[in-house]
Amino acid sequence: MKIATRNLTISYGGAPVVGDLTLDIPEGEFTMIIGPNGCGKSTLVKALGRVLKPDSGTVELDGRDLWSYRGREAARKVALLPQNPVAPEGITVSGLVRRGRYPHHTLLRQWSRDDEGAIAAALERTGLSELADAQAGQLSGGQRQRAWIAMVLAQQTGLLLLDEPTTFLDISHQYELLELCRDLHDEGRTIVAVLHDLNQAARFATHLIVMNGGTVVAQGPPSRIVTTELVRDVFGLACDVLPDPRTATPMVVPHAGRVATAP
Amino acid sequence: MTRFLTKLIVALAVLAGAMLASIAFGSHPTSFGDVLDVLSSTADPNVATVIESRYPRTALGVLAGVCLAVAGTLMQGVTRNPLADPGLLGVTAGASAAIVTSIAFLGMSGDAVWWALPGGLLAGLLVHVIGSSGGGSGVARLVLAGAVVSAVLTAYVQAVTLSLPKVFDSYRYWVVGALGGRGFDVLTSVLPVAVAGLLLAAVLGSGLNTLALGEESAAALGANPGLTRALGMLAAVLLSTAATAAVGPIAFVGLAVPHIARWPAGSDSRAQLLFSALVGPALLLLADVVGRLVLAPTELMVGVVTAFVGAPALLLAVRRMKAAA
Repeated sequence: MKIATRNLTISYGGAPVVGDLTLDIPEGEFTMIIGPNGCGKSTLVKALGRVLKPDSGTVELDGRDLWSYRGREAARKVALLPQNPVAPEGITVSGLVRRGRYPHHTLLRQWSRDDEGAIAAALERTGLSELADAQAGQLSGGQRQRAWIAMVLAQQTGLLLLDEPTTFLDISHQYELLELCRDLHDEGRTIVAVLHDLNQAARFATHLIVMNGGTVVAQGPPSRIVTTELVRDVFGLACDVLPDPRTATPMVVPHAGRVATAP
Repeated sequence: MTRFLTKLIVALAVLAGAMLASIAFGSHPTSFGDVLDVLSSTADPNVATVIESRYPRTALGVLAGVCLAVAGTLMQGVTRNPLADPGLLGVTAGASAAIVTSIAFLGMSGDAVWWALPGGLLAGLLVHVIGSSGGGSGVARLVLAGAVVSAVLTAYVQAVTLSLPKVFDSYRYWVVGALGGRGFDVLTSVLPVAVAGLLLAAVLGSGLNTLALGEESAAALGANPGLTRALGMLAAVLLSTAATAAVGPIAFVGLAVPHIARWPAGSDSRAQLLFSALVGPALLLLADVVGRLVLAPTELMVGVVTAFVGAPALLLAVRRMKAAA
């Protein structure tokens, strides 16, 4: 499953948000895209997920224009969890996960033999089997986000795109979700996630893409590319970059705030 | 699945009961027993005539109820707004304007169907075109377009009816929806439009299911949210025009029935469409029976009664919805 962009430009009718971007998403990696607000990272992920149509250039999936696939065919290969999905009123967790099976159905056959197995596996994988019959609206924030992950898992794609999956979670659930994503990657999936937190990205990503002004300014393993200069140039933030005492990945320590004085 | 079947059978039984009541009760007193006699051809010919005279209005009630309820479910699914109803589409105003025009300027009387049908369709399509121009999801734009088109057409209707009292006299019989006084010919003239709308609605269920997850999820799942929305709207225009042309404007069914149907149907749009198509006609027929009995021997038009009958059911459904959320 290879996805890439070729001279991709997306503009929403104004100045390009993503401009003339040619990028290969490495296969089998856990890629995280970071960058300041408005840098085009969410736009890029939506273009990869066939949600936004390019103004010019292409997104290529296995060497073919993503928009030359039929919608459901593309959705059997690439799954996208948007930033603000809506849970329909009164839907159960398993009902929500079942919606992920849409790409495997046709107009005349709105079920498939693999549905029940795929739904059960997705619930199991996200630790929600016990909550299958619970109302999605009554879940905690962390559980609800796992239910959405289960929905895209039920799509059974090799590639998962996650647009800021940790945004509305408290910190323990952020790490719970990131560990789930890491495990899903370990099982062989290619994962691309947009993330805000540099330190989390450096801890979990195997490949980091840094965007600014609609284009990619750096990419590679976090340990190689996260530097004081990069953070200053891209985010305009003065900082030190130290090895994370626990994972040895780069850790950004901003200069902002008062320096501690010895007691 | 078995629970689903149980609910389906109950809904079908309620609809069958409503149809039977619509045939059995009226300003001329008859009973369920008489209906059975007629059905087995052993009835007094006079009673048989009375009962058979109720067939067309029952059939019209079923048709209008199915159309309005399914149109309402489509509208609420497409706009993801629980307050949407087919009235937003400008269909009623369009049909009214066409009928008033035909009476006032073309010297027509009777046969409102042939004017209401194109009038409603044109207004609905106009709203759709204005509302979806410029791309984007534009639910707000659609609602505004509907409000503008309805306001202009309603003003036109008022201008004509207030300045030409004769037109008002003919028009006021149409402006409150009623099932009585119409024959099977009305049914057959709107049937193709209704069937087209229902077929379209039937294939849109799974698309609406993806749309309910939000625009981006729908696109990411491989659905086409823009097309689903456009076709859903088109189907709603066809259905509400067919109903309005057949029996006149009837409010509330399109708004209330989708909420009531959600009770047995749950969150699956396909089930919601199916149950709407069963609950809608049942509600409309029961309202019509109440309208016939409450002021007997005169009748209260069904367009007036629907709100009284539907309101308690809607309140119950909304209360239940809150408890579940």
